[in-house]
Amino acid sequence: MKYIPTIGIECHVQLCTKTKLFSEVNNDARGKEPNSCVSPVDYSLPGMLPRLNGEAIRMAILAGRAMNCEINPRSRFDRKHYFYPDSPKGYQITQFYEPIIGAGYVELPSGTRIRIEHAHLEGDAGKLTHFDSYSLVDLNRVDTPLIEIVSMPDIHSASDAHDYCKELWRLMCFAEVTYGDLYNGNMRFDVNVSLAPEGSDKLGTRTEVKNLNSFKSVERAVEYEIKRQSKILDAGEKVIQETRGWNDAKGETTSQRSKEEAKDYRYMPEPDLPPINLSDEFIEAESAKLPLMPTDYRQIFGDIIPNDTLEVLLDYPTLMKKLGQIEHEYTKKQSAITLIANLFASVLLAEEKSAEYLNDLPSAKDLIELVEMNNNRELSSTATKEVFLRLFDPQMKGRGAKQIAKELGLIQENDLEALEKIVDTVLTKPETKKAQDDFRAGQEKVLGFLVGQVMKESHGKANPSAVQDILRKKLS
Amino acid sequence: MKTANKRLTAERLVRDALEKAKHFADYNIFTFLNEEGAIKRAREIDARIARGETVGKLAGVPFALKDNFLSPEGQTTASAHILEGFVSPVTATAVAKLEAEGAIMIGRTNLDAFAHGSSTENSYFGPTLNAYDKERVAGGSSGGSAVAVALDIVEFATGTDTGGSIRQPASFNGIYGLKPTYGCISRYGVVAMASSTDCIGFLTKTPDDMDLLMSITSGQDPKDMTTLPDYYETNTHLATRIGIIKDFDNDSVDAEIREALRSKCDLLKSKGYEIVELEMPALKYALAAYYIIVPAEVASNLSRYDGVRYGFRSENSDTLDGLYLNTRSEGFMPENKRRIMIGNFVLSSGFYDAYFLKAAKARTLIVQEYEKAFDKCDYILTPVSPSPAFKLGEKLNDPVAMYLEDVMSVSLNLAGVPGLAIPAGKSASGLPIGLQLVGPRRSDKSLIEFSKELM
Repeated sequence: MKYIPTIGIECHVQLCTKTKLFSEVNNDARGKEPNSCVSPVDYSLPGMLPRLNGEAIRMAILAGRAMNCEINPRSRFDRKHYFYPDSPKGYQITQFYEPIIGAGYVELPSGTRIRIEHAHLEGDAGKLTHFDSYSLVDLNRVDTPLIEIVSMPDIHSASDAHDYCKELWRLMCFAEVTYGDLYNGNMRFDVNVSLAPEGSDKLGTRTEVKNLNSFKSVERAVEYEIKRQSKILDAGEKVIQETRGWNDAKGETTSQRSKEEAKDYRYMPEPDLPPINLSDEFIEAESAKLPLMPTDYRQIFGDIIPNDTLEVLLDYPTLMKKLGQIEHEYTKKQSAITLIANLFASVLLAEEKSAEYLNDLPSAKDLIELVEMNNNRELSSTATKEVFLRLFDPQMKGRGAKQIAKELGLIQENDLEALEKIVDTVLTKPETKKAQDDFRAGQEKVLGFLVGQVMKESHGKANPSAVQDILRKKLS
Repeated sequence: MKTANKRLTAERLVRDALEKAKHFADYNIFTFLNEEGAIKRAREIDARIARGETVGKLAGVPFALKDNFLSPEGQTTASAHILEGFVSPVTATAVAKLEAEGAIMIGRTNLDAFAHGSSTENSYFGPTLNAYDKERVAGGSSGGSAVAVALDIVEFATGTDTGGSIRQPASFNGIYGLKPTYGCISRYGVVAMASSTDCIGFLTKTPDDMDLLMSITSGQDPKDMTTLPDYYETNTHLATRIGIIKDFDNDSVDAEIREALRSKCDLLKSKGYEIVELEMPALKYALAAYYIIVPAEVASNLSRYDGVRYGFRSENSDTLDGLYLNTRSEGFMPENKRRIMIGNFVLSSGFYDAYFLKAAKARTLIVQEYEKAFDKCDYILTPVSPSPAFKLGEKLNDPVAMYLEDVMSVSLNLAGVPGLAIPAGKSASGLPIGLQLVGPRRSDKSLIEFSKELM
């Protein structure tokens, strides 16, 4: 039988606030010793109380706006109870009843809209590392602010699931609310999949695959679940509602916990934190700080950057922002933007060190200067690429395109008088005599040899097409 | 209260207090005596006085700290086995403010473990005895603090009041005890019982001492987001009408206590005050609502005691579940466990609406009932508890009888209004009788001032 899959996705995004959600401890534990970014509030001494981080509220507003969501003027926190050593309080502080972010939608590059049910703020858990006879607890990650984004079941294919997760990642990165490092778990996805026979208006029993941390694994896990559930349904059996884990190496999901074993979290209003009341003015003022989003860039650059280049560049927020800046500062240089976009996509991203380069881009001024040199034919297209890459080189950076081109001797000779002199010198040389005669006799192809001789004489700096023009004139 | 000066040194004050504490050792008041630390602090203050430097408003004043306040001096146990061995790296805001004014903690006082109780019999360290009759309970949960003040060991003691835990032991021992408006004093660094009703307060010998301590410790604290913006000093509430609650004037309250209330009313009338009879029917839901909301918060707040990071950890557990089960089974007192079970029950899926949510609604009615009452009068005068101090062991095996001790005190915690327990004479058998003055939110200072009219 043919089945229609229905997919809903929950996504956890770690916010890149300076301090934690409920304490004044550094939230950036990258490369730090275990349990070094932990305060008495985080490891939950008796008598410690959470203090809400205002920056997390501001970021939640931006994240919500990035997804076209309503921001709720009133929200509050609840306690979600469970015992595990990654949860030093014995409960997670989350927003179960009144979340800060209301309904909205995310538009995929294909134009499909996925509705957002809501999104809420909560604290992350710590990390456990298991050994044979013991486990180690690292609480650095405790109460790193998270927003959990809950989609409506609007997704019906593995590829749309992939695209939705990727678009969410782009939105969060462009909104600058997360470092967006998937490898280190900055964004994690839980995927709910159910199948219903084609034409049925009832949804099937769903399974939830938890803790996926790449777009690819989301896509593969959905594909796997669709196949697995189809097989079960085809055999006339029933899908069990359960939580499943994803084994990336084997490419399969495995059963973890069924509904009967589901935990009772005993939700309760968090009495240590008063409700959050946001004025309309505050919400508006904070929303106005939302940077340009992928949709905005598609609108701005749709006519000047080819679509596939644009979609590639949208995976690199810093590059898009740079293009946006150039567009903003040099409004009349559309062709310049096309060239820079091309250089970004085909030269920079092909470079081995591009990842390092992305965080520290050359100034808009340097890039425009480079484009102008190219347009004035001061730089050949090969030389343009070379100077472009040098603009990122920590050794040469900041010297400007012109200076770098000069230092590397890449500037083309465009001065016609000077070029004529060089041409004359070459034409007086006896070894060019025969070629001159042949050309005059109508042999076009020897022109290449003569141009080559001029280039040699100019130590490669002559503009070859200008040289050609002069030669034709002189030999006619 | 006596503060240190050139003639009367802080060291003298502290040594006297420590000596008295040892003299009354059989009352089982202290879980820790801070001999070394207190004398060291006293000498520092004396040195500053000798140098002519300014010293705080509580210079050299010895005080007793209820053992659920965090400070690095001594273990903070909350009289619970599960916190045995826990020495806090942080200091509670209230303690820091007292110490900044020169007050000296001479010891930590006994309480019902985690403040769960009305007699201090639920302590891991055994009961504290009543200052007036050693066969009777000190009241609770701030029993150690009340007896330390009543026996004149210290000038004052700190307490916490979640449902009467300052006022009832104060009244059982003939002293003043204030539960301030919710959010008046920071809860930071105080072992939580029930976050939405917990209040930090004091037990003193005079209203003036109470006022001084409040002016020092009250105020907004960034470390406690439920604290109110500073208001204590700006409050001027003039009283002309005093309410009494008709619903409490019946046989369930001891005759001598009702008589004490009537005689105080006569005194007030003679001073020109109008006595207003109030009907507050919503208060009959207070005890039931309290014993749903509070256990829910208790169960939640006690979740952190799991033997993983600090305090007591049970030996011989070879699984994680075993570690949790054994540590919590061995570390909590029976009353702690009772409240954890009730709390988890009322929060569990399917029961939340029927219990917790309904109790929360009843709470709103109680808040409104007090608002209506304060339209008709300025303060309310009521008993603190149905009877004076009861015998040790009398109610220990009857949890409901013990909970009924709180019937006239818990509604204040649910409403967040301040209540001051004041001494009101003695029973025929020589036991102290206390009454409670209740005011609208933020009327703490005026309430303390007004209590002098009843002396």
